[in-house]
Amino acid sequence: MRQLTFREAIQEAIAEEMERDSTVFMMGENIAASGGVYQGTKGLLEKFGEGRILDMPISESGFVGAGVGAALLGTRPVIDLMFNDFLPLVMDHLVNHAAKMRYMYGGQATVPMVIRTFFGAGTRTGCSHSQSLEAYVIHCPGLKVVMPSTPADAKGLMKSAIRDNDPVVFFEHRLLYSVKGPIPEGEHIVPLGQADVKRKGSDVSVVATGRMVYKALEAAAELAQGGIEMEIIDPRSLLPFDCETLMESVKKTGRLLIVHEACKTGGFGAEIAAMVAKEAFGYLDAPIERIAAPDIPVPVSPTLEDQYIPQKEEIVATVKKMVA
Amino acid sequence: MENQDLSQRFNRNLKDADLIALYRLMVLTREFEMRVCKIYTQTTIPETPHLCVGQEAIGVGSCYGLRKDDFVLPSLRGRSVFLSKGVSPSVLMAAVFGKSTGPSKGKYTAHHMGDLKKGILAGSLLIGSQFPTAVGAGLAFKLKKTDQVCLCYFGDGASNRGDFHEGLNLAAIQKLPVIFICENNLYALYTPVEKAIAVKDIASRAQGYGMPGITIDGNDVLAVYQTVQEAVARARRGEGPSLIECKTYRLRPHCERFQENRPPEELAYWWDKCPIKRFKAHLFDQGVLNEETHHRIEAEVAEEMNRAVQFAEESPYPDAAELCEDVYADGVIRGGRLCAS
Repeated sequence: MRQLTFREAIQEAIAEEMERDSTVFMMGENIAASGGVYQGTKGLLEKFGEGRILDMPISESGFVGAGVGAALLGTRPVIDLMFNDFLPLVMDHLVNHAAKMRYMYGGQATVPMVIRTFFGAGTRTGCSHSQSLEAYVIHCPGLKVVMPSTPADAKGLMKSAIRDNDPVVFFEHRLLYSVKGPIPEGEHIVPLGQADVKRKGSDVSVVATGRMVYKALEAAAELAQGGIEMEIIDPRSLLPFDCETLMESVKKTGRLLIVHEACKTGGFGAEIAAMVAKEAFGYLDAPIERIAAPDIPVPVSPTLEDQYIPQKEEIVATVKKMVA
Repeated sequence: MENQDLSQRFNRNLKDADLIALYRLMVLTREFEMRVCKIYTQTTIPETPHLCVGQEAIGVGSCYGLRKDDFVLPSLRGRSVFLSKGVSPSVLMAAVFGKSTGPSKGKYTAHHMGDLKKGILAGSLLIGSQFPTAVGAGLAFKLKKTDQVCLCYFGDGASNRGDFHEGLNLAAIQKLPVIFICENNLYALYTPVEKAIAVKDIASRAQGYGMPGITIDGNDVLAVYQTVQEAVARARRGEGPSLIECKTYRLRPHCERFQENRPPEELAYWWDKCPIKRFKAHLFDQGVLNEETHHRIEAEVAEEMNRAVQFAEESPYPDAAELCEDVYADGVIRGGRLCAS
């Protein structure tokens, strides 16, 4: 199978959808001629022209709000928000408007809009270029939230997100941009709300998101040598969330560990833990565990930032404790 | 004053029937507002009325020449816009009552709601958030290569939000068919405009965005009509947005829940400049309106409003089962959103 990077997979998805549907267009800062700060939109201007690949001024609130208006009137904006740390700048339009428009109009309206945005630590770029802010948007009724970990999932989910009639926030981990992976030929769609079991196992169910999927896979390889088998579930879309796959797994393993890169308090992991504690209480053989970043801003210096990010060693130690 | 001349000049562009229609819409708006005001004190309705009494000419004059497929995004004081864009008084009143027969089916406040079928975009409860939304409508028109326009209404207070800057700049650089209509009623809630804005005319800010800006008498319905028509024509030609500042005054409090103290002589001055009173006098002068027509219009409007209130009263509240509907396009999500069950 042909190999593409995470970056190329998303470019391909957007290009295919723009080809298929003339109402799809892109807005964002430096996305046209320059191809995006991390080349996430490379080649799109040449294919679709500046009528559909729109460079925006530094006006995040302005162009996300404009996306809402444009989506209401029959177009499908794909907005490049660069860093998810810019979400606070656009929360009014995202939370107060995009998410609520359908309700505000009594069901008359749809807001088919995608916001793609970088998240994640590990790039030494400081506390407002490195956060994982998915919980901010998960808390808002009306939004959908996607966080792929592999190129194939990124492509398939981006295509679904663009075709979806609700606003979708699409989180892309910056350190996954150069990861290569197989991409099926032809139409490749991954529906929202369908988890993927990245590794089968019988001892501990691990829900991991974004780059943490890779950390969990590393830990699983190490633990397998000692006979402990982790089952790794990548939800891929956080909202809607595939409860069924998770419940099935937890009922089999009796143990649940959640690993995410966002800080712990009020994080998505807490919601999953609460749900499993209720729905699968009788099946649990150990307390549910969470591994997350500490409740502090993301630091810059390597000695600090590497400690901030959840690492394989912590996953290994936690799983060992859970199965002991 | 200058606008008196404008009125006389523009008068020639409109037929008598148009002038009567404009007058009727203003009378209807006033009557609607005063009914809401009365109902609010007599019974419990969800709406906290933010009445447009004194500002009727702006919505009426600006919407009158629009096409059905043009869009508007009203400010929070936009009743005249809803009525002028063809929402019936009955449906509008049902919305005020929070009934299921209103456009949002009881899910959103009547003075911010939208109705896509009538070309009305929902406003925000956050003053000044409407600029980017309206700009997005303009962007959709440009992308779809139609010659529709969007009118974006806002008050003097909203013009101090960052979204004013971001929205107007974006509209200007993309040359979008959006007409920004400022209803400068001299107060943002209770704060006088001179304490919030250092320039005399908000329209002067247009210069900073490279778009035309004009200040007009917002209590002169013909001046509003003509100025907006010129901006609309410009927008349809693909020449981009305009900013029109309509100086006006609200003759009721910011909202009916709170009373406020404004100088009585100021209120008296503006009651004297009441847009309906002035237009009526003008139409009498011109021989377009006489006592008989005037009384007939008042009687018709009163009857129409009786029917509207009756419709609203008799309409059902939304069924409790509709609580979780209309959140996501692909279905009802009940309880926790993690599981659809």
